[in-house]
Amino acid sequence: MADLTKSVTAPALRPTVPGSHLLEVDDLSVEFRTDYGTVRAVNALSYHLDNGETLAILGESGSGKSVSAQAIMGIIDTPPGYITSGQIRYQGRDLLTMDKAEQRAMRGAEIAIVFQDALSALNPVFTVGAQIAEMFQVHRGTSKKEALAHAAELMDRVRIPSAKSRLKDYPHQFSGGMRQRVMMAMALALDPKVLIADEPTTALDVTVQAQIMELLLNLQAENGMGLILITHDLGVVGEVADRVAVMYAGRIVETGGIHEVFGSPAHPYTVGLMNSVPRVDQRGQRLSPIIGSPPNLADIPPGCSFHPRCPRAEVACREERPPLREIVLGRQAACHFAEEILDA
Amino acid sequence: MGRYIARRLLLTIPVLLGSTFLIFAMVYALPGDPIAALAGDRPLAPGVVAELKDRYNLNDPLLVQYGKYLGALLQGDLGTDFAGRSVSETVAERLPVTVKLALVAVGFEALIGLIAGVLAGIRKDSFFDNLVLVTTIAVVSVPVFVLGFVAQITLALRLNLFPISGIGEGLYSYLLPGFVLGSLSLAVVARLTRTSLVENLRNDYVRTARAKGLPPRTVLAKHALRNSLIPVVTFLGADLGALLSGAIVTEGIFNIPGLGRTVFQAVQSGEGAVVVGVVTLFIFFYIVFNLVIDIAYAALDPRIRYE
Repeated sequence: MADLTKSVTAPALRPTVPGSHLLEVDDLSVEFRTDYGTVRAVNALSYHLDNGETLAILGESGSGKSVSAQAIMGIIDTPPGYITSGQIRYQGRDLLTMDKAEQRAMRGAEIAIVFQDALSALNPVFTVGAQIAEMFQVHRGTSKKEALAHAAELMDRVRIPSAKSRLKDYPHQFSGGMRQRVMMAMALALDPKVLIADEPTTALDVTVQAQIMELLLNLQAENGMGLILITHDLGVVGEVADRVAVMYAGRIVETGGIHEVFGSPAHPYTVGLMNSVPRVDQRGQRLSPIIGSPPNLADIPPGCSFHPRCPRAEVACREERPPLREIVLGRQAACHFAEEILDA
Repeated sequence: MGRYIARRLLLTIPVLLGSTFLIFAMVYALPGDPIAALAGDRPLAPGVVAELKDRYNLNDPLLVQYGKYLGALLQGDLGTDFAGRSVSETVAERLPVTVKLALVAVGFEALIGLIAGVLAGIRKDSFFDNLVLVTTIAVVSVPVFVLGFVAQITLALRLNLFPISGIGEGLYSYLLPGFVLGSLSLAVVARLTRTSLVENLRNDYVRTARAKGLPPRTVLAKHALRNSLIPVVTFLGADLGALLSGAIVTEGIFNIPGLGRTVFQAVQSGEGAVVVGVVTLFIFFYIVFNLVIDIAYAALDPRIRYE
């Protein structure tokens, strides 16, 4: 517990002075209105990101981590998706209230995203060169020839061998890892200050995963961008992130410096996540998974949305939703018993 | 690619041989005596009949007749009809009419079908989308001769907007029959475009295109539409091949002297040489257009390669 005092890297969640961080997501709510009811994918979500920092957003499928990224990118389909509250401030300016042309100018140029499955995320009928070059042509008005030259440089930068000769190849002619590199080249084309990596390695072989993560971190070190790493891979998070935000049912349930949160989690869900990871030093023992399944987002349980699966749940958890509150300097958790769990 | 095309072209030889023989045999099997039918009420003199039967090899058995036909065909001679007119001349005169009609029909399909399909696709479930849905079902359900007559009576006869029948100089007289001829496929093109676009708009690469900060127009016209059009272009190509193979009903309604009517009349009067020659040409068109589509397909979708 002694090292908790060092967790000064994570200041209060909702910045008191708007614009004091590179990117601030403030009280963001996103819902999808479907025939089967309203799915509340993201609920009053707040987080922030600074230059050169890596924030990991951790959560199961359907916890709202990708939806929040899509909201930042402004690529949520309306209908059915609606942003019902909040602000997304980039360098102090709210992206949601900007006019469309301004928003587009930000998209890809200032804030870029790398998707999970590069095979489906790249257009199959255009060459990778053309798809990367398009960034320069659209945002900078660069001529096609010059844009292709830039594209070759970028492919070189993401270490695609003999980049120049592969400009005219199509996505299906690349291996999975190389395709993800193409995706990264495209995202990094205009030196964005924020890069969102939405499960960038999930679709890849383990050995390739490591290469891609390493490349991602090298590139981040090169241009000092802030990185939001969306993943459900705790191992990756532990290795690369500065801070972590754990999401459950569209809310952050715990956040703080990576060593603090992983060292001594303060929310039962985080505890459950840590226990469900196989560890070499516990060989032969049974894993302890979290019982039950994530809630239906069209019908989130009242009170703490984790209470039906929580081993610690009491009456209060069913009735009153615990707010995300600071429990130690720089650490927040949304649990009535956060302090007890922390001290346990 | 070159080898692929060569192989496909070589394949057309057995197909054409087989189909000419089949058609030849079917005309041979037609009931009635074409020479007797030539004369009408007053029978021809026996000498004339014998002379004609001999000239058109009608006394030979089927295989011999076919052999003689093929022999002439290899020398570029499509034969003559009973009036002594060479079949190639008839084709040369009537083919341009059929080609114009087919092109007008495909033009309508591509223009109206694509626009309706795209507008319906980008506004899925809107009023316009439903309107396209209902209209296309209606068009597909109505037989072409009903549509043809209705169009003829209302637009041509009552409103006097188009000539009632026949063809004139230029393309204007082809507009109404072309539209009627293309209407069925137009509906199919609209539906196909709509479905394909809706499907493609859901694809991850469209999301990527938006995340790149591209204007909505570029996302739609470049990234989504390019992929959506692959099946539509394929369909249009196949349809052009089919339309060139004559439009018997439409040409009949609008009294257009194209190859469709030629073949219809030739079947009625048992003109074997005309039927075989023209239908073989239709088959040839069909094969060539299918080949062109397959090649275009590879050009449109780089994932497809022929070896």
